[in-house]
Amino acid sequence: MRYLLVEDNLELSEAVVNRLALDGHAVDHAASLAEAEEWLSIASYDLILLDVMLPDGDGRDFLARSRARIETPVIVLTARSQVSDRVGALDQGADDYITKPFDFSELEARCRAVLRRRGGSARNEIDLGEAVFDPLAGTLSHHGTTLELRNREIRLLEVFARHQGQILSKSQLLDQLFSYDAQVTENAIEVYVGRLRRRIDGMGLRIETVRGVGYRIETRAP
Amino acid sequence: MTGTGSIGRRLTLLLALVAALLSVLSWSMVTGLSRQAVARTQDNVLAASATTIAETLRSEQGEVRLELPYSAFSMLGAISQDRVFYRVSAGDRVLTGYDDLPSPTGAAPGIGQVVFDTGDYSNETIRMASVTRLVLAGGQPVPVTVTVAQTRSGVSTISADLSRQAAILSVAFFLVAVGFSAIAARTSLRPLNEIAASVSRRGPSDLRPLRRDAPTELAPLMLSLNRLMGRLGQSIRRSEDFIAEAAHRIRTPLATVRAQAEIALRSVGDETEKRRLRQIIRAVDESSRSAGQLLDHATVIYRTDDLALSPVDLAELVGQTAAALEPTAAMKEIRLDVAATPARVMGDPVLLDNALRNVLDNAIKYSPEETEVSIRVTTKEDQVHITVTDEGPGLGDGPLGALTERFRRGDDTQGIVGSGLGLTIAEDVLLAHDGRLDLKNRDGGTGTCVTLVLPCS
Ligand SMILES: Nc1ncnc2c1ncn2[C@@H]1O[C@H](COP(=O)(O)OP(=O)(O)O)[C@@H](O)[C@H]1O
Ligand SMILES: [Mg+2]
Repeated sequence: MRYLLVEDNLELSEAVVNRLALDGHAVDHAASLAEAEEWLSIASYDLILLDVMLPDGDGRDFLARSRARIETPVIVLTARSQVSDRVGALDQGADDYITKPFDFSELEARCRAVLRRRGGSARNEIDLGEAVFDPLAGTLSHHGTTLELRNREIRLLEVFARHQGQILSKSQLLDQLFSYDAQVTENAIEVYVGRLRRRIDGMGLRIETVRGVGYRIETRAP
Repeated sequence: MTGTGSIGRRLTLLLALVAALLSVLSWSMVTGLSRQAVARTQDNVLAASATTIAETLRSEQGEVRLELPYSAFSMLGAISQDRVFYRVSAGDRVLTGYDDLPSPTGAAPGIGQVVFDTGDYSNETIRMASVTRLVLAGGQPVPVTVTVAQTRSGVSTISADLSRQAAILSVAFFLVAVGFSAIAARTSLRPLNEIAASVSRRGPSDLRPLRRDAPTELAPLMLSLNRLMGRLGQSIRRSEDFIAEAAHRIRTPLATVRAQAEIALRSVGDETEKRRLRQIIRAVDESSRSAGQLLDHATVIYRTDDLALSPVDLAELVGQTAAALEPTAAMKEIRLDVAATPARVMGDPVLLDNALRNVLDNAIKYSPEETEVSIRVTTKEDQVHITVTDEGPGLGDGPLGALTERFRRGDDTQGIVGSGLGLTIAEDVLLAHDGRLDLKNRDGGTGTCVTLVLPCS
């Protein structure tokens, strides 16, 4: 997916860009509203992440101004919750908002919800051998069969899909699947992998156990 | 009204006092003038009567003669039923009439001049008029004095009558004046009341200056009121801006720390390092969450002080709040099952959303994966119930009321991030709406059942 991040704090911007890149997303960064306008005039994005406090104005005013022109969904990054915010971001036309600091899996879940709500104009399919996986829609297709996956299955399969050919340890999977406040054991990973295995049986892929190390996805060449 | 009392009442009282003084004054003037007028009329008639008698004086064979004309007395009878006395005397000799009538005192009257005097006769006050004429008797001019007197009780009855009528008129005048004063006080205070009404009609956050035409006397009040509101608005804006700025400044670096820790977690392989990084992330979440809840709590208290009420459709609000939390629930494969009947209440939608959000957040947070949280909106008599039921561990055996205390967390929160303010905020919001928060463990099976109770509009 292609993101535009509008955020004036350079450290945070760098961290967000790098973090999203780890999940295979392309991110352009604008440090001000003016820069954001420039990016928007030359490129198109699947989603805009917009900070509210920017050096050349309030992100929400920008939203109100440009809502008619820009169709790209916007998720506002705010430091305040809704009660303490004088002007709600959602009233100004944002699709959703997330408070800083945020959990990237939550950000991803929210992006997914927003894009799905918007009618999924941005398709972002990943080829897994003979099968095609759409993490946004949560579907896996193989020779005309389409499988609807559940949230956790989507995320687990996405992790495997983005690391094809690599061995992923249980602990790596744990970090990408659960938020850090949940006390989940590595046994849970075994349960989820087992479940996903059964779900995708016959879809042209396989999740192999590499004894003592972790798991790896095996795809059949198309 | 308290304190210095009502301006309206004071104004009315003052005007009534003035009216009373004027009434008394006019009454006493009317009484005095009427008494004078009656006395003068009596004097004039007495003088006319005495002069008429004096004109009949003539001399006949050296003797002074006179006729008492009937008209001289009849005109006295015309003014009142008072008794009439007379005496005609030449020097010391009484020619006719009541010889014990007191003779006029004072300076010897000039010839032809009428002299008045007041005296006592047969236990009554009388008014006397005397006139002296020279009559030629026996070649000699003899001064003859004619005195006509009348008692005064009749005329004083007349003046008492007049005075009584004047008193009635004065009292009527006074009452009418008091009525008008009250009306005048009310009309002149109306602009003040209108200003007060237009201020109190405003919403709690409406600090725009008052724009209405006020009488010149009220202009300074309006001006300082508007200045005060301006300053108030400015200081509220300033502190809101400050809070926004502070939150932004604190949370942005925290977001950086969290993102960097997540990145580091992907690249390190050592389990101890990983555990440390997870601890960092948890600590960041903990502190940002506490800061957020503290700020929310403060804002809720401030907003519940003066609620901005508007009609809220709870079915719609519940739908929106649940939709906002859907992605969070989906991360744990928790299904949010919403069923709502339309229900209208009067409330602050932002606060109600926040109360529900805190309750739902708990249900999602404390429930295990792949469970269901049900949200029901039902109306019972004159109440609306929003019931949130989960399949989590329940609230334990301790006293449930304690969980709504500030910073109070359950005994068994299993390292789940929280600040202990969620239920406190929810309860504060509901109490401010004349509602309540009901906590109970689910009957039959484990789980929690939290009900937000609100009165119907
Ligand atoms: N749905 C729930 N299931 C289990 N326990 C709950 C639930 N809701 C609240 N609690 C208990 O009530 C306590 C107070 O809740 P709250 O005020 O929201 O604080 P916090 O969630 O931040 O700990 C929690 O610590 C928890 O022990
Ligand atoms: Mg809570």
